[in-house]
Amino acid sequence: MNERVIPREPHGLDWFQNGTSRIPFRVYTDAELHTRELENFFYKNHWCYVGLEAEIPNPGDFKRTVIGERSVVMTRSEDGSVNVVENVCAHRGMQFCRQRHGNRKEFVCPYHQWSYTLKGDLQGVPFRRGVKQAGKVNGGMPADFKTEEHGLNKLRVATRGGVVFATFDHAMESFEDFVGSTVLGYFDRMFDGRKLKILGYNRQRIPGNWKLMQENIKDPYHPGLLHTWFVTFGLWRADNKSELKMDSHFRHASMISTRGNAQAANEVSKVSSFKETMKLHDARFLDIVPEAWWNGPTAVMTTLFPSVILQQQVNSVSTRHIQPRGNGEFDFVWTHFGYEDDTPEMTERRLRQSNLFGPAGFVSADDGEVIELSQKGFEQKPEHRTLAELGGREVGDTDHMVTETLIRGMYAYWRKVMGL
Amino acid sequence: MSAALEFETYNAIVQLHARYASAVDANDWGAWVDCFVDDCVYRIQPRENFERGFPLATLSFESKGMLKDRAYGIAETLFHDPYYQRHIVGAPLILSASDAGIECEANYVVIRTKLSELSTVFNAGRYIDTIVRTSEGLKFKLRQCIYDSEMIPNSIIYPI
Ligand code: FES
Ligand SMILES: [Fe+2]
Repeated sequence: MNERVIPREPHGLDWFQNGTSRIPFRVYTDAELHTRELENFFYKNHWCYVGLEAEIPNPGDFKRTVIGERSVVMTRSEDGSVNVVENVCAHRGMQFCRQRHGNRKEFVCPYHQWSYTLKGDLQGVPFRRGVKQAGKVNGGMPADFKTEEHGLNKLRVATRGGVVFATFDHAMESFEDFVGSTVLGYFDRMFDGRKLKILGYNRQRIPGNWKLMQENIKDPYHPGLLHTWFVTFGLWRADNKSELKMDSHFRHASMISTRGNAQAANEVSKVSSFKETMKLHDARFLDIVPEAWWNGPTAVMTTLFPSVILQQQVNSVSTRHIQPRGNGEFDFVWTHFGYEDDTPEMTERRLRQSNLFGPAGFVSADDGEVIELSQKGFEQKPEHRTLAELGGREVGDTDHMVTETLIRGMYAYWRKVMGL
Repeated sequence: MSAALEFETYNAIVQLHARYASAVDANDWGAWVDCFVDDCVYRIQPRENFERGFPLATLSFESKGMLKDRAYGIAETLFHDPYYQRHIVGAPLILSASDAGIECEANYVVIRTKLSELSTVFNAGRYIDTIVRTSEGLKFKLRQCIYDSEMIPNSIIYPI
Protein backbone atom coordinates (compact mmCIF):
# COMPACT_ATOMS: atom_id res chain seq x y z
CA MET A 1 0.00 0.00 0.00
CA ASN A 2 1.38 3.34 -1.06
CA GLU A 3 0.51 6.08 1.36
CA ARG A 4 0.98 9.47 -0.19
CA VAL A 5 2.58 11.84 2.20
CA ILE A 6 1.94 15.39 1.16
CA PRO A 7 3.22 18.24 3.28
CA ARG A 8 0.19 20.12 4.50
CA GLU A 9 -0.46 23.84 4.35
CA PRO A 10 -1.51 25.16 7.76
CA HIS A 11 -5.12 24.09 7.36
CA GLY A 12 -4.88 21.99 4.27
CA LEU A 13 -6.02 18.39 4.23
CA ASP A 14 -4.77 15.56 2.13
CA TRP A 15 -7.56 13.97 0.09
CA PHE A 16 -6.79 10.77 -1.82
CA GLN A 17 -7.08 11.43 -5.57
CA ASN A 18 -8.69 14.74 -4.61
CA GLY A 19 -11.90 12.84 -3.82
CA THR A 20 -13.69 11.98 -0.61
CA SER A 21 -13.31 8.21 -0.43
CA ARG A 22 -10.58 8.58 2.20
CA ILE A 23 -11.41 11.02 4.93
CA PRO A 24 -8.57 12.55 6.96
CA PHE A 25 -8.89 11.77 10.68
CA ARG A 26 -8.14 15.42 11.25
CA VAL A 27 -11.68 16.46 10.28
CA TYR A 28 -12.74 14.80 13.52
CA THR A 29 -9.88 15.81 15.80
CA ASP A 30 -9.06 19.43 14.93
CA ALA A 31 -10.64 22.00 17.27
CA GLU A 32 -10.00 24.84 14.86
CA LEU A 33 -11.76 23.05 12.01
CA HIS A 34 -14.65 22.47 14.37
CA THR A 35 -15.03 26.20 15.01
CA ARG A 36 -15.14 26.77 11.26
CA GLU A 37 -17.74 24.04 10.86
CA LEU A 38 -19.96 25.70 13.42
CA GLU A 39 -19.74 28.97 11.49
CA ASN A 40 -20.20 27.43 8.07
CA PHE A 41 -22.82 24.77 8.79
CA PHE A 42 -24.71 25.69 11.94
CA TYR A 43 -24.63 29.49 12.00
CA LYS A 44 -25.07 30.35 8.36
CA ASN A 45 -26.60 29.07 5.18
CA HIS A 46 -28.28 26.04 6.82
CA TRP A 47 -31.68 25.52 8.38
CA CYS A 48 -31.16 23.83 11.74
CA TYR A 49 -33.65 21.78 13.70
CA VAL A 50 -35.08 23.32 16.86
CA GLY A 51 -38.11 21.19 17.66
CA LEU A 52 -41.68 20.22 16.98
CA GLU A 53 -44.64 22.58 17.13
CA ALA A 54 -46.36 20.04 19.37
CA GLU A 55 -43.79 20.86 22.06
CA ILE A 56 -45.17 24.39 22.29
CA PRO A 57 -48.88 23.99 21.57
CA ASN A 58 -50.17 27.03 23.51
CA PRO A 59 -49.43 30.76 23.43
CA GLY A 60 -46.67 31.46 25.93
CA ASP A 61 -45.15 27.99 25.65
CA PHE A 62 -41.41 27.84 25.17
CA LYS A 63 -38.64 25.30 24.80
CA ARG A 64 -34.95 25.96 25.24
CA THR A 65 -32.59 24.10 22.90
CA VAL A 66 -29.44 24.73 20.88
CA ILE A 67 -28.32 25.36 17.33
CA GLY A 68 -24.76 24.18 17.05
CA GLU A 69 -23.34 25.38 20.37
CA ARG A 70 -25.58 28.45 20.72
CA SER A 71 -28.50 28.38 23.13
CA VAL A 72 -31.82 29.42 21.61
CA VAL A 73 -35.43 29.53 22.79
CA MET A 74 -38.38 28.50 20.66
CA THR A 75 -41.60 30.25 21.69
CA ARG A 76 -45.22 30.48 20.66
CA SER A 77 -46.45 34.03 20.96
CA GLU A 78 -49.96 35.35 21.58
CA ASP A 79 -50.76 35.46 17.87
CA GLY A 80 -49.90 31.75 17.57
CA SER A 81 -46.70 32.26 15.61
CA VAL A 82 -43.53 30.29 16.31
CA ASN A 83 -40.43 32.35 17.11
CA VAL A 84 -36.85 31.48 17.85
CA VAL A 85 -34.59 33.90 19.75
CA GLU A 86 -31.03 33.60 20.92
CA ASN A 87 -30.69 33.03 24.65
CA VAL A 88 -28.41 36.01 25.28
CA CYS A 89 -29.69 39.13 27.01
CA ALA A 90 -29.32 42.29 24.96
CA HIS A 91 -28.08 44.14 28.04
CA ARG A 92 -24.95 42.45 29.28
CA GLY A 93 -25.24 39.10 27.69
CA MET A 94 -26.64 36.81 30.36
CA GLN A 95 -28.12 33.51 29.23
CA PHE A 96 -31.45 34.52 30.73
CA CYS A 97 -33.55 31.39 30.12
CA ARG A 98 -32.58 28.44 32.28
CA GLN A 99 -35.85 26.46 32.36
CA ARG A 100 -35.93 23.95 29.52
CA HIS A 101 -39.62 24.38 28.89
CA GLY A 102 -42.57 26.22 30.33
CA ASN A 103 -45.12 28.93 29.74
CA ARG A 104 -44.47 32.66 30.10
CA LYS A 105 -46.14 35.93 29.24
CA GLU A 106 -42.73 37.49 28.66
CA PHE A 107 -39.06 36.83 29.26
CA VAL A 108 -37.42 38.74 32.06
CA CYS A 109 -33.66 38.60 32.46
CA PRO A 110 -33.01 38.11 36.17
CA TYR A 111 -29.88 40.25 36.27
CA HIS A 112 -31.34 43.75 35.67
CA GLN A 113 -34.90 42.82 34.81
CA TRP A 114 -34.90 43.75 31.16
CA SER A 115 -38.05 42.25 29.75
CA TYR A 116 -38.80 40.92 26.30
CA THR A 117 -41.89 39.79 24.43
CA LEU A 118 -42.06 36.18 23.30
CA LYS A 119 -40.99 37.40 19.87
CA GLY A 120 -37.85 38.89 21.38
CA ASP A 121 -38.73 42.59 21.37
CA LEU A 122 -37.35 44.58 24.26
CA GLN A 123 -40.24 46.08 26.21
CA GLY A 124 -38.98 47.15 29.59
CA VAL A 125 -35.71 48.64 30.89
CA PRO A 126 -35.71 49.47 34.61
CA PHE A 127 -34.59 53.05 35.38
CA ARG A 128 -34.56 53.83 31.71
CA ARG A 129 -35.56 57.43 32.47
CA GLY A 130 -33.43 57.62 35.59
CA VAL A 131 -34.43 58.03 39.21
CA LYS A 132 -35.77 61.32 40.52
CA GLN A 133 -34.15 62.43 43.73
CA ALA A 134 -34.28 65.85 45.34
CA GLY A 135 -35.65 67.47 42.18
CA LYS A 136 -32.93 66.01 39.97
CA VAL A 137 -32.96 62.98 37.66
CA ASN A 138 -30.10 60.62 38.27
CA GLY A 139 -28.84 58.20 35.67
CA GLY A 140 -31.12 56.69 33.04
CA MET A 141 -30.29 55.52 29.58
CA PRO A 142 -28.94 58.00 27.02
CA ALA A 143 -31.64 60.09 25.31
CA ASP A 144 -31.04 58.33 22.00
CA PHE A 145 -31.54 54.82 23.48
CA LYS A 146 -34.22 53.04 21.49
CA THR A 147 -35.79 49.82 22.78
CA GLU A 148 -36.46 48.80 19.15
CA GLU A 149 -32.75 48.55 18.57
CA HIS A 150 -32.05 46.28 21.52
CA GLY A 151 -34.25 43.27 21.22
CA LEU A 152 -33.02 39.69 21.44
CA ASN A 153 -31.31 38.21 18.42
CA LYS A 154 -34.26 36.94 16.37
CA LEU A 155 -33.70 33.97 14.11
CA ARG A 156 -35.49 33.30 10.87
CA VAL A 157 -37.99 30.48 11.36
CA ALA A 158 -39.41 27.88 9.01
CA THR A 159 -42.12 25.43 9.98
CA ARG A 160 -43.27 22.56 7.83
CA GLY A 161 -45.54 19.70 8.79
CA GLY A 162 -45.19 20.62 12.48
CA VAL A 163 -41.38 20.67 12.49
CA VAL A 164 -39.54 23.88 13.36
CA PHE A 165 -36.24 24.93 11.83
CA ALA A 166 -34.37 28.18 12.33
CA THR A 167 -31.33 30.00 11.04
CA PHE A 168 -29.23 32.94 12.16
CA ASP A 169 -28.82 33.71 8.47
CA HIS A 170 -31.59 36.00 7.26
CA ALA A 171 -30.35 35.92 3.67
CA MET A 172 -30.44 32.19 3.02
CA GLU A 173 -32.68 30.22 0.68
CA SER A 174 -36.08 28.85 1.76
CA PHE A 175 -36.31 25.68 3.83
CA GLU A 176 -37.83 23.87 0.84
CA ASP A 177 -34.98 24.85 -1.47
CA PHE A 178 -32.49 23.97 1.26
CA VAL A 179 -33.84 20.42 1.55
CA GLY A 180 -34.44 19.95 -2.17
CA SER A 181 -37.41 18.23 -3.76
CA THR A 182 -36.19 14.63 -3.48
CA VAL A 183 -35.55 14.58 0.24
CA LEU A 184 -38.45 16.95 0.87
CA GLY A 185 -40.71 14.22 -0.49
CA TYR A 186 -39.56 11.91 2.30
CA PHE A 187 -39.85 14.73 4.82
CA ASP A 188 -43.46 15.33 3.81
CA ARG A 189 -44.22 11.62 3.91
CA MET A 190 -43.46 11.58 7.65
CA PHE A 191 -44.77 15.06 8.45
CA ASP A 192 -47.89 15.05 6.33
CA GLY A 193 -49.82 17.71 8.24
CA ARG A 194 -51.31 15.52 10.93
CA LYS A 195 -50.76 16.97 14.39
CA LEU A 196 -47.95 15.28 16.25
CA LYS A 197 -48.19 13.88 19.76
CA ILE A 198 -45.01 14.01 21.86
CA LEU A 199 -44.22 10.67 23.52
CA GLY A 200 -41.06 11.83 25.30
CA TYR A 201 -37.32 12.34 25.20
CA ASN A 202 -34.07 10.46 25.53
CA ARG A 203 -30.77 12.30 25.92
CA GLN A 204 -27.32 10.86 25.51
CA ARG A 205 -23.85 12.40 25.40
CA ILE A 206 -21.62 10.67 22.89
CA PRO A 207 -17.86 11.20 23.10
CA GLY A 208 -17.27 11.49 19.37
CA ASN A 209 -17.31 14.08 16.61
CA TRP A 210 -20.84 15.15 15.64
CA LYS A 211 -20.33 14.26 11.96
CA LEU A 212 -19.96 10.61 12.93
CA MET A 213 -23.66 10.52 13.73
CA GLN A 214 -24.54 11.89 10.31
CA GLU A 215 -22.21 9.28 8.82
CA ASN A 216 -23.75 6.51 10.89
CA ILE A 217 -27.13 7.18 9.32
CA LYS A 218 -25.56 7.53 5.88
CA ASP A 219 -23.92 4.14 6.26
CA PRO A 220 -26.05 1.17 5.20
CA TYR A 221 -22.96 -1.07 5.33
CA HIS A 222 -23.08 -1.54 9.10
CA PRO A 223 -26.67 -2.34 10.15
CA GLY A 224 -26.65 -5.94 8.99
CA LEU A 225 -23.22 -6.47 10.52
CA LEU A 226 -23.08 -4.46 13.74
CA HIS A 227 -26.73 -4.74 14.69
CA THR A 228 -26.90 -8.47 15.16
CA TRP A 229 -30.29 -8.10 16.83
CA PHE A 230 -31.79 -6.69 13.62
CA VAL A 231 -30.54 -9.67 11.69
CA THR A 232 -31.30 -12.30 14.31
CA PHE A 233 -34.93 -11.31 14.46
CA GLY A 234 -35.42 -10.78 10.75
CA LEU A 235 -35.75 -7.00 10.58
CA TRP A 236 -32.73 -6.58 8.36
CA ARG A 237 -32.22 -8.82 5.40
CA ALA A 238 -29.83 -8.63 2.53
CA ASP A 239 -32.72 -9.03 0.10
CA ASN A 240 -34.56 -5.97 1.40
CA LYS A 241 -35.44 -3.62 -1.43
CA SER A 242 -33.46 -0.44 -0.88
CA GLU A 243 -32.67 2.94 -2.32
CA LEU A 244 -30.31 5.74 -1.36
CA LYS A 245 -31.21 9.25 -2.48
CA MET A 246 -29.51 12.59 -2.00
CA ASP A 247 -30.22 16.25 -2.59
CA SER A 248 -28.29 17.91 -5.43
CA HIS A 249 -25.54 19.08 -3.01
CA PHE A 250 -25.14 15.56 -1.49
CA ARG A 251 -25.60 17.02 2.00
CA HIS A 252 -28.97 15.46 2.84
CA ALA A 253 -29.98 11.88 2.17
CA SER A 254 -32.71 9.33 2.61
CA MET A 255 -32.06 5.62 3.09
CA ILE A 256 -35.22 3.92 2.01
CA SER A 257 -35.82 0.25 2.58
CA THR A 258 -38.69 -2.12 2.26
CA ARG A 259 -38.71 -5.43 3.99
CA GLY A 260 -39.34 -8.37 1.74
CA ASN A 261 -42.92 -9.43 2.45
CA ALA A 262 -43.72 -6.12 4.07
CA GLN A 263 -47.39 -6.60 3.31
CA ALA A 264 -47.54 -9.85 5.21
CA ALA A 265 -47.41 -8.46 8.71
CA ASN A 266 -47.86 -11.89 10.21
CA GLU A 267 -44.66 -12.91 8.50
CA VAL A 268 -42.88 -10.24 10.50
CA SER A 269 -44.46 -11.03 13.81
CA LYS A 270 -43.48 -14.67 13.52
CA VAL A 271 -40.03 -13.24 14.15
CA SER A 272 -38.37 -16.35 12.92
CA SER A 273 -34.80 -15.88 11.87
CA PHE A 274 -32.27 -17.70 9.82
CA LYS A 275 -31.16 -19.24 13.08
CA GLU A 276 -34.34 -21.29 13.16
CA THR A 277 -34.34 -21.61 16.92
CA MET A 278 -34.11 -17.91 17.74
CA LYS A 279 -37.48 -16.61 18.81
CA LEU A 280 -38.33 -13.63 20.94
CA HIS A 281 -39.82 -14.58 24.28
CA ASP A 282 -42.18 -11.67 23.83
CA ALA A 283 -43.01 -11.00 20.18
CA ARG A 284 -44.61 -7.65 21.00
CA PHE A 285 -41.26 -5.93 20.42
CA LEU A 286 -41.90 -6.60 16.75
CA ASP A 287 -45.64 -6.27 16.56
CA ILE A 288 -45.39 -4.36 13.30
CA VAL A 289 -48.52 -3.01 11.67
CA PRO A 290 -48.08 -1.30 8.29
CA GLU A 291 -49.49 2.23 8.11
CA ALA A 292 -51.06 3.89 5.08
CA TRP A 293 -48.68 6.86 5.11
CA TRP A 294 -45.66 4.60 4.65
CA ASN A 295 -46.61 4.22 1.03
CA GLY A 296 -44.49 1.10 0.85
CA PRO A 297 -41.12 1.58 2.58
CA THR A 298 -40.88 0.01 6.05
CA ALA A 299 -37.94 2.20 7.05
CA VAL A 300 -36.80 5.62 5.89
CA MET A 301 -33.89 7.26 7.64
CA THR A 302 -33.34 10.85 6.55
CA THR A 303 -30.28 12.90 7.41
CA LEU A 304 -30.77 16.66 7.18
CA PHE A 305 -27.34 18.21 7.30
CA PRO A 306 -26.07 19.26 9.74
CA SER A 307 -28.48 19.09 12.65
CA VAL A 308 -31.05 16.32 12.59
CA ILE A 309 -32.00 12.78 11.68
CA LEU A 310 -35.58 11.84 10.95
CA GLN A 311 -36.35 8.27 11.86
CA GLN A 312 -39.07 5.97 10.62
CA GLN A 313 -38.23 2.41 11.54
CA VAL A 314 -41.43 0.44 11.09
CA ASN A 315 -43.86 1.94 13.63
CA SER A 316 -41.27 3.90 15.56
CA VAL A 317 -40.86 7.55 14.56
CA SER A 318 -38.57 10.13 16.09
CA THR A 319 -36.36 13.12 15.48
CA ARG A 320 -32.75 12.88 16.62
CA HIS A 321 -31.14 16.24 17.25
CA ILE A 322 -27.35 16.61 16.96
CA GLN A 323 -25.90 19.16 19.41
CA PRO A 324 -22.11 19.48 19.12
CA ARG A 325 -19.90 20.23 22.12
CA GLY A 326 -16.45 20.82 20.73
CA ASN A 327 -14.90 18.54 18.13
CA GLY A 328 -14.85 15.45 20.34
CA GLU A 329 -18.33 15.22 21.79
CA PHE A 330 -22.01 15.84 21.05
CA ASP A 331 -25.35 15.51 22.73
CA PHE A 332 -27.94 13.46 20.92
CA VAL A 333 -31.54 14.21 21.81
CA TRP A 334 -34.30 11.88 20.70
CA THR A 335 -37.88 13.10 20.52
CA HIS A 336 -40.27 10.23 19.99
CA PHE A 337 -43.73 11.09 18.78
CA GLY A 338 -46.91 9.73 17.32
CA TYR A 339 -49.78 11.20 15.36
CA GLU A 340 -52.96 12.75 16.59
CA ASP A 341 -55.09 10.05 15.01
CA ASP A 342 -53.15 7.12 16.50
CA THR A 343 -55.28 4.59 18.31
CA PRO A 344 -54.19 3.73 21.87
CA GLU A 345 -52.92 0.42 20.44
CA MET A 346 -50.76 2.25 17.90
CA THR A 347 -49.32 4.51 20.61
CA GLU A 348 -48.50 1.43 22.67
CA ARG A 349 -46.90 -0.19 19.63
CA ARG A 350 -44.73 2.85 18.91
CA LEU A 351 -43.62 2.87 22.55
CA ARG A 352 -42.80 -0.84 22.52
CA GLN A 353 -40.79 -0.54 19.34
CA SER A 354 -38.93 2.42 20.84
CA ASN A 355 -37.10 -0.20 22.92
CA LEU A 356 -35.16 -0.95 19.75
CA PHE A 357 -33.90 2.64 19.44
CA GLY A 358 -32.37 5.28 21.68
CA PRO A 359 -29.42 5.21 24.07
CA ALA A 360 -30.27 1.73 25.35
CA GLY A 361 -31.98 0.41 22.23
CA PHE A 362 -31.45 -3.13 21.02
CA VAL A 363 -30.09 -1.72 17.76
CA SER A 364 -29.02 1.84 18.55
CA ALA A 365 -26.96 1.54 21.70
CA ASP A 366 -24.18 0.01 19.65
CA ASP A 367 -24.10 3.01 17.29
CA GLY A 368 -23.04 5.33 20.11
CA GLU A 369 -20.44 2.81 21.22
CA VAL A 370 -18.80 2.49 17.80
CA ILE A 371 -18.77 6.28 17.39
CA GLU A 372 -16.94 6.66 20.71
CA LEU A 373 -14.38 4.07 19.72
CA SER A 374 -13.95 5.54 16.22
CA GLN A 375 -13.10 8.89 17.80
CA LYS A 376 -10.52 7.14 19.99
CA GLY A 377 -8.91 5.70 16.87
CA PHE A 378 -8.78 9.13 15.20
CA GLU A 379 -7.29 10.83 18.26
CA GLN A 380 -4.36 8.46 18.46
CA LYS A 381 -3.38 8.88 14.82
CA PRO A 382 -4.67 12.23 13.48
CA GLU A 383 -2.49 12.16 10.37
CA HIS A 384 -4.22 8.99 9.12
CA ARG A 385 -7.52 8.66 7.20
CA THR A 386 -10.62 6.48 6.96
CA LEU A 387 -11.43 4.37 3.93
CA ALA A 388 -14.98 4.70 2.61
CA GLU A 389 -14.75 2.97 -0.76
CA LEU A 390 -17.52 0.39 -0.62
CA GLY A 391 -19.36 0.78 -3.89
CA GLY A 392 -16.50 2.72 -5.47
CA ARG A 393 -15.06 6.18 -5.06
CA GLU A 394 -17.85 8.09 -6.76
CA VAL A 395 -20.93 9.77 -5.38
CA GLY A 396 -24.44 9.03 -6.61
CA ASP A 397 -27.86 7.66 -5.77
CA THR A 398 -28.15 3.87 -5.72
CA ASP A 399 -30.79 1.17 -5.65
CA HIS A 400 -28.92 -0.95 -3.13
CA MET A 401 -27.28 -0.69 0.27
CA VAL A 402 -23.85 -2.10 -0.50
CA THR A 403 -22.16 1.28 -0.64
CA GLU A 404 -20.67 4.14 1.35
CA THR A 405 -21.65 6.66 -1.31
CA LEU A 406 -23.65 8.88 1.05
CA ILE A 407 -20.60 9.43 3.25
CA ARG A 408 -18.53 10.34 0.22
CA GLY A 409 -21.31 12.69 -0.81
CA MET A 410 -21.41 14.41 2.56
CA TYR A 411 -17.67 15.07 2.43
CA ALA A 412 -17.89 16.32 -1.15
CA TYR A 413 -20.27 18.93 0.21
CA TRP A 414 -18.13 19.52 3.29
CA ARG A 415 -15.06 20.17 1.17
CA LYS A 416 -16.92 22.60 -1.07
CA VAL A 417 -18.26 24.63 1.86
CA MET A 418 -15.08 24.51 3.94
CA GLY A 419 -12.87 25.19 0.94
CA LEU A 420 -10.54 22.38 1.98
CA MET B 1 -48.56 1.62 57.63
CA SER B 2 -44.81 1.30 57.54
CA ALA B 3 -44.73 1.37 61.31
CA ALA B 4 -46.97 -1.69 61.28
CA LEU B 5 -44.68 -3.54 58.90
CA GLU B 6 -43.01 -6.33 60.80
CA PHE B 7 -39.26 -6.49 60.73
CA GLU B 8 -39.38 -9.76 58.87
CA THR B 9 -41.10 -8.19 55.85
CA TYR B 10 -38.90 -5.10 55.91
CA ASN B 11 -35.86 -7.29 56.05
CA ALA B 12 -37.13 -9.34 53.11
CA ILE B 13 -37.54 -6.13 51.06
CA VAL B 14 -33.99 -5.09 51.87
CA GLN B 15 -32.83 -8.57 50.90
CA LEU B 16 -34.64 -8.36 47.56
CA HIS B 17 -33.00 -5.01 46.83
CA ALA B 18 -29.62 -6.42 47.75
CA ARG B 19 -30.17 -9.55 45.68
CA TYR B 20 -31.18 -7.42 42.69
CA ALA B 21 -28.10 -5.19 42.99
CA SER B 22 -25.89 -8.21 43.35
CA ALA B 23 -27.37 -9.81 40.21
CA VAL B 24 -27.03 -6.78 37.94
CA ASP B 25 -23.53 -5.99 39.21
CA ALA B 26 -22.42 -9.58 38.64
CA ASN B 27 -23.85 -9.71 35.08
CA ASP B 28 -26.06 -12.56 36.24
CA TRP B 29 -29.00 -11.85 33.95
CA GLY B 30 -30.78 -15.05 34.93
CA ALA B 31 -30.78 -13.94 38.57
CA TRP B 32 -31.92 -10.48 37.45
CA VAL B 33 -34.90 -11.96 35.60
CA ASP B 34 -35.70 -14.12 38.63
CA CYS B 35 -36.22 -11.03 40.77
CA PHE B 36 -39.49 -10.45 38.86
CA VAL B 37 -42.86 -12.18 38.63
CA ASP B 38 -43.98 -13.32 35.15
CA ASP B 39 -46.43 -10.51 34.69
CA CYS B 40 -44.10 -7.65 35.51
CA VAL B 41 -43.15 -4.19 34.35
CA TYR B 42 -39.58 -2.89 34.27
CA ARG B 43 -38.81 0.62 33.13
CA ILE B 44 -35.79 2.88 32.94
CA GLN B 45 -37.16 6.36 32.44
CA PRO B 46 -35.74 9.89 32.49
CA ARG B 47 -37.15 11.94 35.34
CA GLU B 48 -38.15 14.55 32.76
CA ASN B 49 -40.57 12.19 31.01
CA PHE B 50 -41.85 10.80 34.30
CA GLU B 51 -42.66 14.22 35.74
CA ARG B 52 -44.08 15.70 32.54
CA GLY B 53 -46.32 12.70 31.97
CA PHE B 54 -44.61 11.55 28.76
CA PRO B 55 -44.91 7.78 28.42
CA LEU B 56 -41.57 7.22 26.67
CA ALA B 57 -38.97 5.30 28.63
CA THR B 58 -35.36 4.56 27.75
CA LEU B 59 -36.30 0.91 28.16
CA SER B 60 -39.78 -0.38 28.93
CA PHE B 61 -40.51 -4.05 29.38
CA GLU B 62 -43.93 -5.46 30.13
CA SER B 63 -43.30 -9.11 30.82
CA LYS B 64 -40.67 -11.48 32.11
CA GLY B 65 -40.32 -12.61 28.49
CA MET B 66 -39.15 -9.13 27.51
CA LEU B 67 -36.58 -9.22 30.31
CA LYS B 68 -35.33 -12.53 28.97
CA ASP B 69 -35.10 -10.99 25.51
CA ARG B 70 -33.02 -8.16 26.93
CA ALA B 71 -30.78 -10.65 28.68
CA TYR B 72 -30.29 -12.40 25.36
CA GLY B 73 -29.56 -9.07 23.64
CA ILE B 74 -26.92 -8.17 26.21
CA ALA B 75 -25.27 -11.55 26.06
CA GLU B 76 -25.48 -12.21 22.33
CA THR B 77 -26.24 -9.23 20.12
CA LEU B 78 -25.38 -5.83 21.64
CA PHE B 79 -21.91 -4.59 20.91
CA HIS B 80 -20.53 -2.38 23.67
CA ASP B 81 -17.35 -1.27 25.34
CA PRO B 82 -16.90 -3.59 28.33
CA TYR B 83 -17.66 -2.13 31.76
CA TYR B 84 -18.39 -3.02 35.35
CA GLN B 85 -21.28 -1.49 37.17
CA ARG B 86 -21.77 -1.09 40.90
CA HIS B 87 -25.11 -0.25 42.50
CA ILE B 88 -25.36 1.62 45.77
CA VAL B 89 -28.97 1.41 46.94
CA GLY B 90 -30.42 3.46 49.80
CA ALA B 91 -32.75 2.22 52.51
CA PRO B 92 -36.23 1.47 51.15
CA LEU B 93 -38.97 3.90 52.03
CA ILE B 94 -42.18 1.90 52.48
CA LEU B 95 -45.16 3.79 51.09
CA SER B 96 -47.84 1.18 51.63
CA ALA B 97 -48.11 -2.47 52.45
CA SER B 98 -51.08 -4.77 52.06
CA ASP B 99 -51.80 -8.32 50.99
CA ALA B 100 -51.85 -7.07 47.39
CA GLY B 101 -48.29 -5.87 47.62
CA ILE B 102 -45.79 -3.44 49.01
CA GLU B 103 -45.13 -0.10 47.43
CA CYS B 104 -41.75 1.34 48.18
CA GLU B 105 -38.99 3.56 46.88
CA ALA B 106 -35.23 3.65 47.19
CA ASN B 107 -32.52 5.96 45.94
CA TYR B 108 -29.74 4.49 43.87
CA VAL B 109 -26.43 5.40 42.32
CA VAL B 110 -24.77 3.31 39.66
CA ILE B 111 -21.04 3.65 39.27
CA ARG B 112 -19.49 2.59 35.98
CA THR B 113 -15.92 1.45 35.58
CA LYS B 114 -14.53 0.92 32.13
CA LEU B 115 -11.37 -1.08 31.70
CA SER B 116 -8.25 1.02 32.29
CA GLU B 117 -10.45 3.95 33.38
CA LEU B 118 -11.53 5.69 36.56
CA SER B 119 -14.87 4.90 38.18
CA THR B 120 -17.56 7.49 37.40
CA VAL B 121 -21.17 8.08 38.34
CA PHE B 122 -23.12 6.49 35.52
CA ASN B 123 -26.72 6.93 36.55
CA ALA B 124 -28.46 8.33 39.64
CA GLY B 125 -32.11 8.08 40.49
CA ARG B 126 -34.88 6.46 42.40
CA TYR B 127 -36.49 3.05 42.20
CA ILE B 128 -40.24 3.05 42.46
CA ASP B 129 -41.32 -0.50 43.17
CA THR B 130 -44.30 -2.70 43.71
CA ILE B 131 -43.25 -5.90 45.42
CA VAL B 132 -45.45 -8.97 45.82
CA ARG B 133 -45.25 -12.13 47.88
CA THR B 134 -44.77 -15.37 45.98
CA SER B 135 -44.05 -18.94 46.97
CA GLU B 136 -40.42 -18.15 46.19
CA GLY B 137 -40.34 -15.08 48.40
CA LEU B 138 -40.73 -11.42 47.50
CA LYS B 139 -40.46 -10.40 43.84
CA PHE B 140 -40.91 -7.26 41.81
CA LYS B 141 -44.22 -6.76 40.10
CA LEU B 142 -43.10 -3.30 39.03
CA ARG B 143 -39.69 -1.72 39.07
CA GLN B 144 -39.29 1.77 37.67
CA CYS B 145 -35.83 3.32 37.58
CA ILE B 146 -36.50 7.04 37.36
CA TYR B 147 -33.17 8.70 36.76
CA ASP B 148 -32.08 12.29 37.43
CA SER B 149 -29.03 12.00 35.21
CA GLU B 150 -29.76 14.44 32.41
CA MET B 151 -27.39 12.76 30.03
CA ILE B 152 -26.75 9.09 29.51
CA PRO B 153 -22.98 8.71 29.17
CA ASN B 154 -23.25 7.28 25.66
CA SER B 155 -25.37 4.21 26.28
CA ILE B 156 -27.04 1.96 28.80
CA ILE B 157 -26.48 -1.71 28.10
CA TYR B 158 -27.03 -3.52 31.40
CA PRO B 159 -30.16 -3.16 33.51
CA ILE B 160 -30.07 -0.44 36.15
S1 FES C 1 -27.80 41.15 31.67
FE1 FES C 1 -29.86 40.90 31.31
S2 FES C 1 -30.78 42.56 32.24
FE2 FES C 1 -28.68 42.93 32.55
FE1 LIG D 1 -26.77 1.78 13.33
